[in-house]
Amino acid sequence: MFNKDRWREIIEVLTTNVWRTIFTAFGVCWGIFILIVLLAAGKGLENGIKQDFGNIATNTMFMWTRATTKGYEGLPKGRRFEFKIDDVDALRDNVPNLRFISPRNQLGGFGGNNNVVRGIRTGAYNVYGDYPEIINQDPMAVTSGRFLNYNDIKEKRKVAIIGQGVKNDLYDKDEDALGTYIKIQGVNFMVIGTYKKNSSGGGEEGQKEIFIPFTSFSQAFNRGEDVGWMAITANDGSSISQLKDKIVDVMKQRHKVHPEDTRAVGYFDLYEQYNRVESLFGALKAVAYIVGIMVLLSGIIGVSNIMLIVVKERTKEIGIRRALGEQPWSIKKQILMESIFLTLISGMVGIIFGSLVIFGINSLLDSVGPVDMFMSPSVSVGVVTGALTILMVSGLLAGFIPARSAIRVRPIEALRTE
Amino acid sequence: MIEIKDLHKSYKMGSNVLHVLKGINFKVEEGELVAIMGSSGSGKSTLLNILGMLDGADSGEYTLDGVPIKNLSETKAAQYRNKFLGFIFQSFNLINYKSALENVALPLYYQKVPRKERQEKAMKYLERVGLKPWADHLPSELSGGQKQRVAIARAMAAEPKVLLADEPTGALDSTTSYEVMDLIQKINDDGNTILVVTHEEDIAHMCKRIVHLKDGIIVEDKKIEQVRAEQYV
Repeated sequence: MFNKDRWREIIEVLTTNVWRTIFTAFGVCWGIFILIVLLAAGKGLENGIKQDFGNIATNTMFMWTRATTKGYEGLPKGRRFEFKIDDVDALRDNVPNLRFISPRNQLGGFGGNNNVVRGIRTGAYNVYGDYPEIINQDPMAVTSGRFLNYNDIKEKRKVAIIGQGVKNDLYDKDEDALGTYIKIQGVNFMVIGTYKKNSSGGGEEGQKEIFIPFTSFSQAFNRGEDVGWMAITANDGSSISQLKDKIVDVMKQRHKVHPEDTRAVGYFDLYEQYNRVESLFGALKAVAYIVGIMVLLSGIIGVSNIMLIVVKERTKEIGIRRALGEQPWSIKKQILMESIFLTLISGMVGIIFGSLVIFGINSLLDSVGPVDMFMSPSVSVGVVTGALTILMVSGLLAGFIPARSAIRVRPIEALRTE
Repeated sequence: MIEIKDLHKSYKMGSNVLHVLKGINFKVEEGELVAIMGSSGSGKSTLLNILGMLDGADSGEYTLDGVPIKNLSETKAAQYRNKFLGFIFQSFNLINYKSALENVALPLYYQKVPRKERQEKAMKYLERVGLKPWADHLPSELSGGQKQRVAIARAMAAEPKVLLADEPTGALDSTTSYEVMDLIQKINDDGNTILVVTHEEDIAHMCKRIVHLKDGIIVEDKKIEQVRAEQYV
């Protein structure tokens, strides 16, 4: 198959009518180019949106309490209740496959009043009372000092980890924050660490948070056993969406909420949202493939057409070859190889152009800085190999009919053609 | 070498059936140089095509070098053509994007002879027809006589049992025709069996035997005194 003469012949045939070959090749080239660029654009969009999720553990739900809407066991409707700290253990005991359960309390919020003071500087920040696990659910990079640990929880230490944004507000540019004190709603906390969130999702807001031990928070701000809300992450193998009903049921039972009261326990299923986005990208990818392959198909038909014409033009030559004793299969192989070769080469040119365009877009994105919802479009090696396989197969298909028609003509008729 | 018995062949032309060969019996011994003559439509080309396995007969027997030729698949026919037969056509039928040397080497390629050996052999035959200096020329750069000589070299390259020439001089002027016939005679002198289809008397008389075909049957089959083409060159 890989002998020199056959290749020389393929090259000779394809270069006899260079422009025709180029125009034919363009069809395939264009198809694969569209396919690659569409897939890359889809990937870019996907990267951009997923960036907004940051590296938050996506198999996570958030859960909080609201007023009940049904009376139950003698309790009136419209009753307010709070999660308690022992709900966490109850969840651990009753619901399997939960990886992290982080009870949280919170001060401040969007547009809140100034609640933190340091010297003459003040600021309004979200202050969270947290357990050390929260760093796994809401990842952040600790830039100096350390994050919370269980000794802080146990000893109810008044320590705080502040965001880069908080530090910028409350400290001078090259002041060291570690070991200094900030006053959160009148209570002094020692800064033991600073963090930076790398997800763009939190944006400016994400850098302006303060984390303090959950127990210290409860004590300092009089929360007792109360838990504001919870962030619950399931084990990797199981989905939080399936576990959430069980979780909510356990909570309802413990707080004497009517089992059919759907309003009393509020939750947000991040995994479901994430899945929705995932399936959206699945659909986008499918569209890219369909459009790309359709365009490619018209290119392939072009190749098939040209191969038919080539065969027609070479009918006499094929007759001569057969008179000289070339086997029909050998002729078929020749036509098929010409077709595959043409498809493959033009496809590779398409892939190269596609990659160049993607490369160009990437370096443009790099130079103008991040763009909303679009980031590093790319195609994987898998996609490229897939595209090459599609090309091989389609080249084979494109050559099939012409090759058949080439050997269907009897040598005597072929020789008669003038 | 060649033996055919009661060969029939007819073509369908729409609703008419054209009976071209109506029972041909003939035999060719090794080393013969036979001219098949006849006016157009006498069936001489059809006979040659059947002998060349380019076309199948309707009925009758055909034996080539002891091998019965019947109901061949295309693959088998290609194999036999390559092994047994060399073709020389009126219109030369060289492949126009291949050099003279490559054209001659083509049958050897189908025999899967290694490249180097192929080139050497092809060069040997080109030399024999006196075209060694033109080995790298394309057919378009050669004159008609030269083209036919390349075609003859090609037909001989595979060292076939029989050479079949279909009006080998039909497209050539008389001087060149005699040159080509001279070459054919010399090849025959070396012991090769050659069949020449022609309608030119003088060409036919340069063979050793003339078979006259008329309306699909052999009307005359005689041995003649060969006229050497050399004297006209």
